[in-house]
Amino acid sequence: MALIRTSSPHLHKAVNATDVMRLVVLATLPGLAAMTFFFGWGTLINVIWACLLAVVFEAIVVKMRKRPLGFYLKDYSAVVTALLLGLALPPFLPWWVTMVGVFVAIVIAKHLYGGLGQNPFNPAMVAYALLLISFPVSMTSWTMPFLMVEDGQSWHVMGFVDTFKLIFSGIEPAMIDSYSGATPLDAMRHRGGQTTEEVWANAPVLAQGMGAWHAVSAAYFMGGIFLIYRKVLTIHTPLAILATLGLIAAVFYAIDPYQFADPFFHLTAGATMLGAFFIATDPVTSATSNKGKVVYGIGIGLLIFVIRDWGGYPDAVAFAVLLMNLSAPFIDQYTQPRSYGHAKAKRGMKGGA
Amino acid sequence: MATDYRKITHDGLWGNNPALVQLLGLCPLLAVTGSVVNAIGLGVASTLVLMGSNLTVSAFRKFVPDSVRLPIFVMIIASFVTAIELLMKAFTYELYLILGIFIPLIVTNCAIMGRADAFACKNPVKASLLDGLMMGLGFTAVLVLLGAMREALGLGMIFSDMHLLFGPIAENWKIILVEDYPGFLFAILPPGAFVGMGLIIALKNIIDARIQARKAERETGPSPRRERVRVTG
Repeated sequence: MALIRTSSPHLHKAVNATDVMRLVVLATLPGLAAMTFFFGWGTLINVIWACLLAVVFEAIVVKMRKRPLGFYLKDYSAVVTALLLGLALPPFLPWWVTMVGVFVAIVIAKHLYGGLGQNPFNPAMVAYALLLISFPVSMTSWTMPFLMVEDGQSWHVMGFVDTFKLIFSGIEPAMIDSYSGATPLDAMRHRGGQTTEEVWANAPVLAQGMGAWHAVSAAYFMGGIFLIYRKVLTIHTPLAILATLGLIAAVFYAIDPYQFADPFFHLTAGATMLGAFFIATDPVTSATSNKGKVVYGIGIGLLIFVIRDWGGYPDAVAFAVLLMNLSAPFIDQYTQPRSYGHAKAKRGMKGGA
Repeated sequence: MATDYRKITHDGLWGNNPALVQLLGLCPLLAVTGSVVNAIGLGVASTLVLMGSNLTVSAFRKFVPDSVRLPIFVMIIASFVTAIELLMKAFTYELYLILGIFIPLIVTNCAIMGRADAFACKNPVKASLLDGLMMGLGFTAVLVLLGAMREALGLGMIFSDMHLLFGPIAENWKIILVEDYPGFLFAILPPGAFVGMGLIIALKNIIDARIQARKAERETGPSPRRERVRVTG
């Protein structure tokens, strides 16, 4: 008879930041692979460059703050920040723009506020928003997905060496124009008076290139499901974001299909999936309780739609997440769960009228 | 009460600097410090108003009833601001256009009101005038520092367009720090001012802490090495 060899089945391994961060890195890999497959080497180069810089900046700041270096570098949090930033950046971004972004993320948004666990805003999104308002031109020129270059006849993304040269020395290879273009959200936003149907037919990135965006979104979705399965994050935030965004997009699409894009487009274009599963769920900057996470997610979903359709910038995930980061403490105050033994939850401000 | 002129000078420039310690007048400070020339323009205008208002408030301090002192201060400050505005319109018209609403808004600059109420209405004329000058210079110094930081980071050059303030001789004062600078819009926009201001305040606090530590060391001698006593076996 086989003896039961496990002891104390209710005991879990203690969760620490390093394991969580490692799982997050693992979960982004399908998305990174899809980006590299469809948009060329740029994303991969950006991510590696950003991670290198992040470790260097982290080491310098930790040293300056006289903290134990090994302990802080080992938790991978700098790498995750850089990874998420690198995934969000356009593939052909010049190297120094990425450097500014990583500096802002690690030094200003993270360590000036007190380091890991103390930052009120998601560092990667602070950096993204800063780069977007500082360098609008380089931040909004995207790469064409390979599906649509040359009508998908051949494998046609820019080669590794050309991409490397473009990022690090600004040497543009011949036919750069055939590689760069707008994102689907950009095309939808700056439509110049066309109806949604006409935009779909006329904008090449929508007519032919949308499949690549679907694939990338699906890859992030898979990574997100993996994280939920491994209990790194709960389903509340991503579900609330996606459901709210889908619902409000559906309502407006039903009211006026000529002017608004369909809900599926909103869910699969831009950084929706990356934001919902990887960025908004950052435990430090999001709301804490499950109820709070739902409110927080609904806020992000609504803001994404509002900013995408009426705001000044085509994609909105960064701004939506930052604005809800700002309100997370407030949400926490009003969604505190009832603790065992108390009849009512302690909510809201103490004292007062 | 003996007036300590050294203390007034030190307070205005460093110890009680209106921008770095009292954090007054932040609205114009953050809004117009996109370049050095704007910063100097606003700084000089604010300093002149501050000196004028401190002088007048102090001179009339015995006649101003306490209950209506604030409206009276506002009237005094507003008249000086109007005078400065007309002067700028006459002599530095282009700069006046760039600074726009922030010149009339000097009236609401709490640094000026604050000095009138906290210092000038309780102190003699000479001390008040010096206080106005030093507070103004302290404010201007921060403005110029922030303006230089933002201009250098944002545009890659400093002292551009100085001729708006100093006339044609300043045409080529511009120093280009980096050729072909791509521009860093964030530094020029208001968020850059907030971050820059935060860094300057942090720098001042670091310097103060260093001075304090050195002073303490001089008084007590180098601190003895602390050793932890072992309390467990």
